Order: sequence, then structure tokens, then C-alpha cells
Amino acid sequence: MTKVGVITFPGTLDDTDVVRAVSRAGAEPVNLWHGDHDLKGVDAVVVPGGFSYGDYLRCGAIARFAPVMTEVIEAAGKGMPVLGICNGFQILCESGLLPGALVRNAGLHYVCKDQWLKVENTSSAWSSRFEAGAEILVPVKHGEGNYTASQETLDQLEAEGRVLARYVSGNPNGAQRDIAGVVSENGRVVGLMPHPEHAIDALTGPSDDGLGMFLSLIDSVVKT
Amino acid sequence: MARVIVDVMPKQEILDPQGQAVAKALPRLGFSGISDVRQGKHFELEVDDLVDDATLEKIASSLLSNPVIEDFVIRRVS
Repeated sequence: MTKVGVITFPGTLDDTDVVRAVSRAGAEPVNLWHGDHDLKGVDAVVVPGGFSYGDYLRCGAIARFAPVMTEVIEAAGKGMPVLGICNGFQILCESGLLPGALVRNAGLHYVCKDQWLKVENTSSAWSSRFEAGAEILVPVKHGEGNYTASQETLDQLEAEGRVLARYVSGNPNGAQRDIAGVVSENGRVVGLMPHPEHAIDALTGPSDDGLGMFLSLIDSVVKT
Repeated sequence: MARVIVDVMPKQEILDPQGQAVAKALPRLGFSGISDVRQGKHFELEVDDLVDDATLEKIASSLLSNPVIEDFVIRRVS
């Protein structure tokens, strides 16, 4: 069975929901602690949302130096799939695994709502189950989700098809070019601000659209 | 021992909504003539004499600031 590591830092909030989403998709979740020095033989890692280390200094700035992240960065370099959601996305940007940075929402307000996204990249390890152009409904909840990168970086991401998804029907945070998530050069590392793990069941979320990301991961692990 | 100041500011081209919010609040309090505010971070480090400038540069660029969105200035003050 595909084993998916789920990291908990001090201040992580969404690890329980990620564990639930991984199980629902049919994989085995493995809890990883920020102080761990090994990844316990997992096939992939999810860095969940929350406020790791209280968001002190900058969101994700302290978490990137946690012992477990040293292991994640090394494994990602060898092609292990990694997904960063919300604070996890911020951590992956701070780690240098993904380009750009997340800064304070343009309107200064914390946003918490269900958000429509348009999926663009369907070749990454985490998005192969989606159809290009599919619109999905997933919750967003963040104060610093305004995706920012240099114009050259943004042009390159678009030219290489590395925009995972864009906000549609309104941009909640001022993100440049409405970018909600991005993909690494090798297609294995993905970061996004919205929360697919909160949208896996119509009983508890706005849709089950988010489950596709975890099903995609299982497909990609089985394939390799 | 020396005191080292590191000032970290958002890059000019980066939107600074916090600075804008402060700028907008000033006229409401009756202060006029301030056309722009940018908000950054100020760090004061007590540094022993063995720490050289190259190390300080590394500290500022790898932890105290994020070079994607911020610039920094390092000053030894004593």
C-alpha cells in the first residue's frame, strides 16, 4: 500500500484532515514529527497547513530548518512527491523547493470561504486525475496567500505549464496572475493555498473535488 | 561583543499592504503630507568578535530575510 507521510510541526492544524484524506483515497498515512530525522519509508510527503512555529519571522521561515524538512528536501531532490498545502506551500517556497513567496493578502483580511479554482497542470504527481480546465470547489483559509514572484519567474511558470490552478470567480488574496498553486520543474513537488483535504466528502466540505489530488498521488506512486 | 543592526524591507516592486494601511490611517488621525509608508523589520543582534561580515550576510540572507521578496541592510553600530 502507498505510504504517505504527514508532517506535524508545533502549530500545524490540518494534519488530522490530511491523514483522513490520505486514508479515504486508499493510501496508508504515516505521521511524521518535525523533529524526526527519517521519513519512515514513505513514498510521498504532505506538508499540511496551520501556523508552524506561530508564523514567527515569516510564514514557514522557521519550519524549513526543522530536522524533518532536511529529509524532505533531500528526498524531493531524488524525485519523491511532496505536496504543501497553505502553510505547507509557504514552507516549500521558503525551502527553495518551489519558486516565489506568499505574502500578506492584498486586502489585509484573513479569508475563509469556499473558492472556485481552475485546474491547469494535469501532469504533476498530484493532479493527473483532473481534466485540464476543470473547475473545482475547495476551501481557502489564510491571511498570507498572495503568491508573488518576479515577472521572469511567472513567465517561466506559465511557459512551462507549471501553474497548478488559478482562482476563478474572484481572486481572494491578490495573488499575481490569480495563481493558487504551482508545480516544481520535475512535476513532483506541488504547493497550493486552497485546502483539498477539506473537500473530500460532500458531508463535511463543499465538494469531494479535493480527493482527486490524493488519488493522483497514488496513481503516480504505483506507476513508478 | 558588537551590536549589529539588520533592517529588512519589502522590495520596492512588492506590494506592501501593511504599509498602505498605515499610510491610509494617517489622514484619518489628522496627519497630512505623508504620501507613502513601507513597513519592514528591524533586528538587533549581539554578536561576538569572531563573527565576520560574510557570516552576517549569510544570516541575513538565509533566515532574517527572504531574498525573493525582501532586501536587507546590515550595520555594525558598536
